[in-house]
Amino acid sequence: MINSFLFANFLSLRLWYALPLVVAISLVYAATRHELMVPILQHAWRMAVGIVGFMSIVFVILFLLEWKFL
Amino acid sequence: MTADKGAVSTFESVEVNLKDRFIATVIAWVLPGAGHFYQGRHGKAILFMTCILGLFIFGMTTGGGKVVYASLNTEGRKLAMICQAGVGALVFPAWLQMVHVEILHKQEPLLQGFMAPPRNFNPSSRDELAEWHYDFHFKYEVGTLFTMIAGLLNILAVYDAAYGPVFVTPHSTKMEPSSDNDWLQEV
Repeated sequence: MINSFLFANFLSLRLWYALPLVVAISLVYAATRHELMVPILQHAWRMAVGIVGFMSIVFVILFLLEWKFL
Repeated sequence: MTADKGAVSTFESVEVNLKDRFIATVIAWVLPGAGHFYQGRHGKAILFMTCILGLFIFGMTTGGGKVVYASLNTEGRKLAMICQAGVGALVFPAWLQMVHVEILHKQEPLLQGFMAPPRNFNPSSRDELAEWHYDFHFKYEVGTLFTMIAGLLNILAVYDAAYGPVFVTPHSTKMEPSSDNDWLQEV
């Protein structure tokens, strides 16, 4: 039965607190690697996608572990 | 041959005038983005100011304005203090309150308790820190985390003001000997 704490957290929108973090970290880190705004935004976008992708993979792994073993 | 178009970056032939690095570094720490304004790098200044100040203020708001304080008595607070100190002048009131309350041993904090440490060092008084955690639940931890990360991000901005951007070398561009071994050829 899928009654996951993670899924409940997702529905209660706690994960949305990660959004400003991802945006700020991506932009600031990219800005320390470039001087012009276009490369900064391109780098920030790739980094944000990478962070969200990594978080999603961890989310899926934890979700499956919880679904399988609990 | 051309470099891989999917590479992270290419060299940017941009002249960056860092002006007086010491002044830029100091004011970049005191107010996020101010060092870049001083250097005339207005776009990055606005970006740093928006992201770092925005994250800090969002964290403060999320934690009910109680997440930034400096204390020598509260256990486990030193890491948060160090990280939050990265945003410079925004945490000066917290240091002032710490000196006023914990070092000078004044009973009442300044500024109506803004950024004052919790009054939990006297066993006979109420535990304010526990009340803050009870009132704001997980948002207190989230707010603390946001303000800590804002401080850490400003350290990156300070480095950028002091030394300029760390350009990323395009990894796909390598130089190899050509077939006649008399010159280098880009692949």
